[in-house]
Amino acid sequence: MKLSFMAPVITFAGIAGVMFYALFYLDPKEIPSELLDKKSPVFALEAVPGYGENLSSENLKEGKITLLNVFASWCVACLAEHPTLMELSRQGKIDIYGLNYKDTPDAAAKWLRRNGSPYARTGMDLKGRVGIDFGVYGVPETFIMGPDGTILDKIIGPITEKDLKNRILPRIDGGEG
Amino acid sequence: MIGEIGHFGLILALVVAVLQGTLPMIGASKGNVALMRFASSASLVQFLAVSISFIALTIAYVGSDFSIVNVAQNSHSLKPMLYKISGVWGNHEGSLLLWAWILALFGFAVAAFGRNLPDGLKARVLSVQGMIGIGFLLFILFTSNPFERIDPAPFDGRGLNPLLQDPGLAFHPPFLYLGYVGLSVTFSFAIAALIEGKVDPAWARWVRPWTLAAWGFLTLGIALGSWWAYYELGWGGWWFWDPVENASFMPWLVSTALLHSAIVVEKRDALKNWTILLAIIAFSLSLLGTFLVRSGVLNSVHAFASDPARGVFILGFLVLVIGGSLILYAVRAPTMKGGGLFAPISREGALILNNLLLSTAAATVLLGTLYPLFLDALSGAKVSVGPPYFNATFLPLIIPLIIALAFGPFLAWKRADLKGVFSRLKLAIVSVCVIVGVSWWVTDDGPILAFVGMGLFAWLVTAVFVELADRIKLFRTSLRQSLKRFLNLPRSAYGMSIAHLGVAMVILGVTASEAWQSERLDVMQPGETVVVGGYDFQFEGAERLEGPNYGILRGSFNVKRNDSLVADLRPEQRVYESPPMETTEAAIWPMLSADLYVVIGEEDGKGGYATRIYHKPFISWIWIGAIVMFIGGGFSLSDRRFRIGAASARKKQTQKTAEAAGA
Repeated sequence: MKLSFMAPVITFAGIAGVMFYALFYLDPKEIPSELLDKKSPVFALEAVPGYGENLSSENLKEGKITLLNVFASWCVACLAEHPTLMELSRQGKIDIYGLNYKDTPDAAAKWLRRNGSPYARTGMDLKGRVGIDFGVYGVPETFIMGPDGTILDKIIGPITEKDLKNRILPRIDGGEG
Repeated sequence: MIGEIGHFGLILALVVAVLQGTLPMIGASKGNVALMRFASSASLVQFLAVSISFIALTIAYVGSDFSIVNVAQNSHSLKPMLYKISGVWGNHEGSLLLWAWILALFGFAVAAFGRNLPDGLKARVLSVQGMIGIGFLLFILFTSNPFERIDPAPFDGRGLNPLLQDPGLAFHPPFLYLGYVGLSVTFSFAIAALIEGKVDPAWARWVRPWTLAAWGFLTLGIALGSWWAYYELGWGGWWFWDPVENASFMPWLVSTALLHSAIVVEKRDALKNWTILLAIIAFSLSLLGTFLVRSGVLNSVHAFASDPARGVFILGFLVLVIGGSLILYAVRAPTMKGGGLFAPISREGALILNNLLLSTAAATVLLGTLYPLFLDALSGAKVSVGPPYFNATFLPLIIPLIIALAFGPFLAWKRADLKGVFSRLKLAIVSVCVIVGVSWWVTDDGPILAFVGMGLFAWLVTAVFVELADRIKLFRTSLRQSLKRFLNLPRSAYGMSIAHLGVAMVILGVTASEAWQSERLDVMQPGETVVVGGYDFQFEGAERLEGPNYGILRGSFNVKRNDSLVADLRPEQRVYESPPMETTEAAIWPMLSADLYVVIGEEDGKGGYATRIYHKPFISWIWIGAIVMFIGGGFSLSDRRFRIGAASARKKQTQKTAEAAGA
């Protein structure tokens, strides 16, 4: 049996091994425990040209609950949650900050012009550095930040009605009451 | 009742699949003709049984039988009939049933069309098909039963995602599955050849039509999917490199490679091991695509986490099928000897280059798709891979592929003269200069890649026509002679030229629409006119209407060019109630030179509406090109040499019957 003929099956064994591992030991719905209830990583980013003020970690601890939404113009799933964010921002109950992930300023601005911007502030994470600090797994992702800038919760994937009702709204209303 | 009939059909199919997967295999190794012949009857029965089940589910959907969980969750009594039917496969359970049904259909087709196949080979091929069937039917019955009941039945269904209520999407999965499952036949042939330890040109001649058919359906399926994204998502994009698209694109790349390497096996008796490996990989990627995307392993492991039983089954099945066949390959392939020798510069050499580039491209797409999962498993870091990665890795592989694609057909088998080919391609070089020059002059701006794209388009188109002219000795003999030669060309020669032209059209569409699109995003008041891409778009106003199960906001645009009316465009925004959701229906005026694309959005409260207007030059050519490629595949499929076998088989059969009658 020549080695070159074994290569495909060995490659596949590697892939299958990782998948089994992923199946039993990884749960992407789970926030990496080291981030939960920890302070936001420190960062300062420039705004998408024309869309809100710059965004830094200081803005996340101004004494109120905020949403940090990771978005990108190349992200199709972001369109799915966009109406929800627009509605939230229209109601004005909560400030939404947009972390524009691995995008270009032009494309991001165009995308926001096209779809409307729900964001009070935006920050361009051109190289994805801040995303790594936050443990961004895919786009979209939304972090619910406490008044002092701790990460209270993280929603992976588009925000669903259920997420809105069970995870976001109770915290806002709870914060008010 | 109908649910139970469907359920019963599935169980029956499973029993038959088990028999089909075992008995003919035993028969083939023992030389028992009766057991071998059993495969054909079994594949017919399996097809009928799964048909019953599929029809049963369709009836349940059409009649809105909400006592079946699947129907209750995915249908709604108010839904238009077309979408009640497409709802059958618009969900996890139903789409698996469609898969199993097409699998059974293909098994039956092999039995029916494969009259001239040697008994042993045919028995083994059908047996492998049966084994794949076992896996799918078990999966459906134990983890994803579409016929499960709910008691009490809900008063009405929970609807279907309105984004999915669309003709493009309704017909996209069936084509895609015809492609995926078509590759199962090629796979079964490869496994049978490994078991028999024999691959010869005859084998390649049996395999190639199935590959061609599967490839053609995949091409159409992918094109339909991207067309859907184009007009339904409402912002003009048509390819996003998301895992779902990648999952269908990888098998396409590999089956394209397979299509070409099978030619070498057929004509030159070389590249056998490689072709077998490609056949295995092509189907493996189909399975990977079918399962992993559906279960969400690729972009998220969500579905696995929510239903571990499903995940374990899927991975177990994948390991068994893919791992098993690759081990078989590792054991058996080294014993197979290649045939013809050839120089690096030759038709074989060109096809190997084609294969290397295509499979590397498939590998980069696979890497980009699985990378997030890998990194997470190895280091716990979470990343996402977007279009930047794919554009950076995919284009450098495709550009040389297209350049080489023009050369390939000119090269002779065994050993070719590159200088001679260059001299024949002079015209192509001239046309590249002309087209690049003209596009520079007309647009006088654009990214470098745009001109590279236009150059590739000119290069390929000219090369195809020069090659055709060469073949029919145009201008080197009388026109009458040339015409006669043209008409006498084998269908596969037309097929190749047509398919390659299709590729060129896709390149044109992609390049021009990406580089030279103009757009305008504005709040417009009724009566206002804007100019986009040389067309005047007058917004006449918007009205609110009621659709069958949604509310409509419909805008009306008058499009003129030089004061003559071009089109009357009516984009819509739809608001669905079940489930509550909004969709945009872009109004598109497709022309050969460009698409006019208009979207209407929210009212701004002051009588104006948000509008998006695009002018996308040549974008239709992406889909026209895909259809042309499909037609090329069809021509190749109808080539005489694939039918000659059938004719001689008939002769053989009559001989056999004569012998039988004589005995």
